Amino acid sequence: MNPFRKLDALVAPMDRANVDTDAIIPKQFLKSIKRSGFGPNLFDEWRYLDVGQPGQDNSGRPRNPDFVLNQARYQGAQILLTRDNFGCGSSREHAPWALEDFGFRVIIGPSFADIFFNNCFKNGLLPIKLDAAEVDALFAQCLGASGYRLNVDLETQTVTRPDGKVIPFSVDPFRRECLLNGWDDIGLTLRHADRIREFEARRRIEQPWLFA
Amino acid sequence: MQAQTLYEKLWSSHVVHVEDDGTALIYIDRHLVHEVTSPQAFEGLKLAGRKPWRVDSIVATADHNTPTDHWEMGIQDPVSRQQVETLDSNIREVGALAYFPFKDERQGIVHVIGPENGATLPGMTVVCGDSHTSTHGAFACLAHGIGTSEVEHVMATQCLLQKKSKTMLVRVDGQLGAGVTAKDVVLAIIGRIGTAGGTGYAIEFGGSAIRSLSMEGRMTICNMAIEAGARAGLVAVDDQTVAYLKDRPFSPRGDQWDRAVAYWRTLHSDDGAVFDAVVELDAAVIKPQVTWGTSPEMVAAIDDCVPDPTLEKDPVKREGMERALQYMGLNPRTPINTITIDKVFIGSCTNSRIEDLRAAAFVARGRHKAANVKLALVVPGSGLVKRQAEAEGLDKIFIAAGFEWREPGCSMCLAMNADRLEPGERCASTSNRNFEGRQGAGGRTHLVSPAMAAAAAIAGRFADVRELA
Repeated sequence: MNPFRKLDALVAPMDRANVDTDAIIPKQFLKSIKRSGFGPNLFDEWRYLDVGQPGQDNSGRPRNPDFVLNQARYQGAQILLTRDNFGCGSSREHAPWALEDFGFRVIIGPSFADIFFNNCFKNGLLPIKLDAAEVDALFAQCLGASGYRLNVDLETQTVTRPDGKVIPFSVDPFRRECLLNGWDDIGLTLRHADRIREFEARRRIEQPWLFA
Repeated sequence: MQAQTLYEKLWSSHVVHVEDDGTALIYIDRHLVHEVTSPQAFEGLKLAGRKPWRVDSIVATADHNTPTDHWEMGIQDPVSRQQVETLDSNIREVGALAYFPFKDERQGIVHVIGPENGATLPGMTVVCGDSHTSTHGAFACLAHGIGTSEVEHVMATQCLLQKKSKTMLVRVDGQLGAGVTAKDVVLAIIGRIGTAGGTGYAIEFGGSAIRSLSMEGRMTICNMAIEAGARAGLVAVDDQTVAYLKDRPFSPRGDQWDRAVAYWRTLHSDDGAVFDAVVELDAAVIKPQVTWGTSPEMVAAIDDCVPDPTLEKDPVKREGMERALQYMGLNPRTPINTITIDKVFIGSCTNSRIEDLRAAAFVARGRHKAANVKLALVVPGSGLVKRQAEAEGLDKIFIAAGFEWREPGCSMCLAMNADRLEPGERCASTSNRNFEGRQGAGGRTHLVSPAMAAAAAIAGRFADVRELA
């Protein structure tokens, strides 16, 4: 996993609530057995005017000019600003894979769906929860000025606006540590292998029917 | 000892280790695996030179990509076929407690085959790379969906990194009216608390109306806990739970059965246990439900109308409603029972079990689908459900009514196989998500119960199943 420390980047606003993982990456692309290459199909049904197929060359497909990520002013955005309950629905990790592959590293919103939120941290993607009023203000600024950028610092746990206002955010210390260092969860967990074996041995005695 | 909720009992009995910030290592008893979210996990394991920790915790099947007809022709779509074959070879290499591959007589939707084979038992932690894993909570399991990185983590360590959830009790008391089912109850709950209402919580469903439901009804309720934002749904163990599990293939036997049952009987919230949130519903006032929008919380009773967004004060919500109505091709204040449909889908991990098929067949018996309904698809949840339905003659009732009787799988719930909606088509569906494009790009999904789906097929529009004699 790529570590995440600091980022100063362009912001793209996705001004709708309940953006679900079917919208983030539609089902036909879930047939891939790889972890990469989902970026060109991020938000496929909103981004293109035709129906995309896996393995297709996307360069010549008709784009929806109204879709926010197709607009010139948001090209190169690495921070996505969004509304409540982003990432709801399916557990597909293809959703954070697609966002990351497209170039996003940070998603800011008032709330996120649980499984999606969790999946982000496994892929070097930082979801930041801010108060609804702060998010409203960011939307207003972002929509009001071309080239709107934010500075995100995971070490100090702050988002800094261009006008200098510093917004603190909270993040689980364990997740923060993993993301700052790009640590692999499995390696960390296996440090406790003896404890897992002990637990399992006790369970085998107490509830033998679970070990068919 | 302090009174505990069911969730707290399940949680504390699985904690292996806790970090300073409360992040815990939770032991996983059952790992359900399917073809879509596992290939990258198997590959990751292999690349790191790791072996699975405990292969006898794994129960696997192919369900999302499999076709529902012409099985003799195999899987036509080469990309789907490759994904299913990848699961075949991964399981062949790694092993499993049980594998029900494409065409196996016990193959089916992963959340149907776990319980019906007794591979889901009370007190277990159950995970699967699928959000509808919450289904298994009907058996007082701590069951939730995980991402592919976590699938790999569970394979490698038999554990999951988790923060303890908050607890919510959703209590539904009273008697459900005739024609009102578990699906209507859970849609009414989601209508009440919203699709993010359960975020951060494990929801326990209780009250006399929940206790009166069969295990299959309870699975329908827990299945859609995730649609309320909760990763896990729970129902306490009672006589029905125990009776359902007796003599299932992987259920304990003899001495072990007695020991297991004695433990299972402790799996309920203690009197006086405190929940972080409590929501109460009166069962008697719940009517058959139909969703009208593109989120499961956008739901109304069959005798109600499509709402008017101009009456919504919250601007973000109002825009969401307007966008949903535009996508769905509906006008505000349209009576739900005047909305005509093009297709019907009866199936999915929410509603494809034998009782669901019986309820739909009861409505379809001696009737015929309306001329404007192009397709009414019945997809049993598993090979065993299909065989049982055929033994009861349900297949013949459906076929005589002009419905199609198919092979088991996820099918048009998410349309990864060939079963899908065309752009603009409107569907009465017993599945769990009405998101844009969920059943096919441009398709319009209305979530309903199996009986209401059959009633819609017969009427050609949404119809109140309570008024069908």
